Amino acid sequence: MRSICLYLHMHQPVRYREYSVFDVSNNSNYFECDFNDRQSNERIFKKVAEKSYRPTLHLLEKNLQKHPTFKVSLSITGTWLEQAEKWAPDLIEQIKYLVSLGRVEILGETYYHSLAFFYNIDEFSEQVDLHARKIKELFGTQPKVFRNTELAYNDSLAKWAEEKGYEGIVAEGWDKILGWRSPNYVYRPAGCKNIRLLLKNYRLSDDIAFRFSNRGWEEWPLTVPKYQNWINMDCLRGNLVNLFMDFETFGEHQWADTGIFNFFDEFINSWLSANENQFVTVSEACKLMAPADEISMPETVTWADTERDLSAWLSNSMQNAAMQELYAMRDEILNTDDEGLISDWRHLTTSDHPYSMCTKYWNDGDVHAYFSAYASPYESFMYFMNVLRDLSYRVSEHKK
Amino acid sequence: MLGWELPPHNSGGLGIACLNMARALTKEGVDIDFVVPYTAAHTKTSFMKILPATSLDPIYRYGGGAYESLNVFEKNIPSADHKMHFSIRDVQKEYCDYVEKYLKTNSPDIVHAHDWLTYEAGMLAKKEFGLPLIAHVHATEFDRSGMRTGNPLIHEIEYEGLMLADRIIAVSESTKRIIHEKYKIPLSKIDVIYNSLDEEYEASKYSFDNNTYKYINFLKENGYTVVSTVGRFTIQKGLRYFLESAALAVQKNPKLIFILAGDGEERDGLISLAAELGIAKNVIFTGFIRGRRLRDIYSLSDIFVMSSISEPFGLTALEAAHHQDALILTKQSGVSEIIWSAFTYDFWDKKKLADEILAIASHPALKALLQENVKKEYHKISWEQVAKKCLKIYNKNVKHKRN
Repeated sequence: MRSICLYLHMHQPVRYREYSVFDVSNNSNYFECDFNDRQSNERIFKKVAEKSYRPTLHLLEKNLQKHPTFKVSLSITGTWLEQAEKWAPDLIEQIKYLVSLGRVEILGETYYHSLAFFYNIDEFSEQVDLHARKIKELFGTQPKVFRNTELAYNDSLAKWAEEKGYEGIVAEGWDKILGWRSPNYVYRPAGCKNIRLLLKNYRLSDDIAFRFSNRGWEEWPLTVPKYQNWINMDCLRGNLVNLFMDFETFGEHQWADTGIFNFFDEFINSWLSANENQFVTVSEACKLMAPADEISMPETVTWADTERDLSAWLSNSMQNAAMQELYAMRDEILNTDDEGLISDWRHLTTSDHPYSMCTKYWNDGDVHAYFSAYASPYESFMYFMNVLRDLSYRVSEHKK
Repeated sequence: MLGWELPPHNSGGLGIACLNMARALTKEGVDIDFVVPYTAAHTKTSFMKILPATSLDPIYRYGGGAYESLNVFEKNIPSADHKMHFSIRDVQKEYCDYVEKYLKTNSPDIVHAHDWLTYEAGMLAKKEFGLPLIAHVHATEFDRSGMRTGNPLIHEIEYEGLMLADRIIAVSESTKRIIHEKYKIPLSKIDVIYNSLDEEYEASKYSFDNNTYKYINFLKENGYTVVSTVGRFTIQKGLRYFLESAALAVQKNPKLIFILAGDGEERDGLISLAAELGIAKNVIFTGFIRGRRLRDIYSLSDIFVMSSISEPFGLTALEAAHHQDALILTKQSGVSEIIWSAFTYDFWDKKKLADEILAIASHPALKALLQENVKKEYHKISWEQVAKKCLKIYNKNVKHKRN
């Protein structure tokens, strides 16, 4: 059997507004602004819901109903769920329905889409638990496979996940790690026994996620027969193709008018029309075969940029200063037992925040600049640090 | 090329830009005769012929008044055939006469006129001699008057010149927009060519001596942050907003020093405003400075602010970047279109400027990154690129004429 493990990631950060130093100690609303402001979470969520979440969920639902063997895995962050509850509750109802069909699996991750693993392991664990509780509450399931924010993975994360009892964990199938090996097998993380490692087939995933509508790409336009042929060829090196991508690939990164929805619809049909083909969820994928080999990633590998590292999040001095000051406040914040304060602080751990302070590509004004909610990385840092000041002020008020 | 000033007889960025552009153009093989409205030696400029249109001393090139002052302008525009060199109009008249005489014996391929001062001479060349005319806009009257009405006569000359020109070069997108919106010139007729930093400025040797300004060093050692701005004290530069913003910032962080380098009609008003705002102790007025002392100010500063209400380009920001200052630029400045490693704000947004100053003052990581990154960036555009773009425009228009 040839299997496709399709896994889609759903996330929206809660963006802080242009929080001025003159707001500090006067106004502790960090996350709400006018609907038309650049950082309006409501506007952005509703826009993406319209362009991507709704039509894509509809496409998945249609195919789950049509094909009893179609399966999909989703990772949904807590910050996405919170916002959907407020501004698009129909989406949650629809996901509930999909999960009830029994062929949709939800992965575990941090509630706040944070990089806490690299700063504070207690905070990390707690955010993972918070997420698991939220998933249980809404969908009644228990995550069995873990994904870390931005697929940031290393050997010690795998060990942590094994101790927590996860059956599997996902990571980038990066050539530098794999060498001659193929991502189309199940692997065992170095130093682990039971847990399995699934590696993203980044070429075939990115053909859809990044290149699909690129007219400069020599393979454009991508047709279903062509793509299926590539997958068939790739299956000569292992029968499990892990297609991991952002949920927003459909409708937001690749707009509807590029034909992405039709392409994907047709592809599911075409793939399942051959008897030897199937879809599997992430936990099913872990059990498909015995591990082909042990894989070690002592250094952190992510699914981002050509470097596949955390440099877009944590490399310049602003990003480091912001994260260090943020995590240094943790004990004081938790000691207040003030739920609102703790929640505000945790919302700042979302990885999108340091990402918006990235200056790596800033001068070229490319992707990073284009998708930012702030006028510049420097402004993003400024507002973030002003929020931290107000948090400190609130902590000091508690001590009185 | 028709210009109004060249270093060392310049008062601002116009002369510097003209000189660098002309030098780079000659390197591309262009032969340039450059007309100036005065007689003086330009000992360092041997790559082109400099033609004196009048026998005036350079000091009188703007007539009796100062170029920067709108008020003086209005008072000083008598009839154009006035024989005494009292007004700039008289200088312009003589400049035109000279150009006319010159063109009777010389036939250049193209005429490149810099700013409204030379547009009449440019139009003459086009109308009487059929030469293609390139109008180069370093600033419009709207910029000089802080986006208010400005001088109607100057508007008229600008409008005519821009209408008649075969091609217009603007120093930034925002200048292009102003030309389009205010003078209704089609966007397709306007090319944007950004300026670069003065080559001599960069090449000349300079090192900052820490012992020169002991008081400021003392303050810096005690945790003060130095914020500076450089320019003519006119309404265009938005300095009143700058001071009000400084007062807001000082409320949150008294360890801020603001240096205002320059002079102009707003000086007394600014001094009393600083006192009214209660920040006189935090503000230093240096008077008009140039050369080494100006560089010292850049070197002393942690932050350089360009507060202009309207700034077609903004060369001083590149100079400050060269001396590794963190930059804060108004969105209304042309330089903010090409420099990304900087804070920006709308000139009226006093709170945002205060926010930005305070953020840089309190976060060393932010300051270091801004300073480091802008240093990598300010070289994006070279005079060679400027010349190549100009040449392309010349070639198109020259051919057009001859066919």
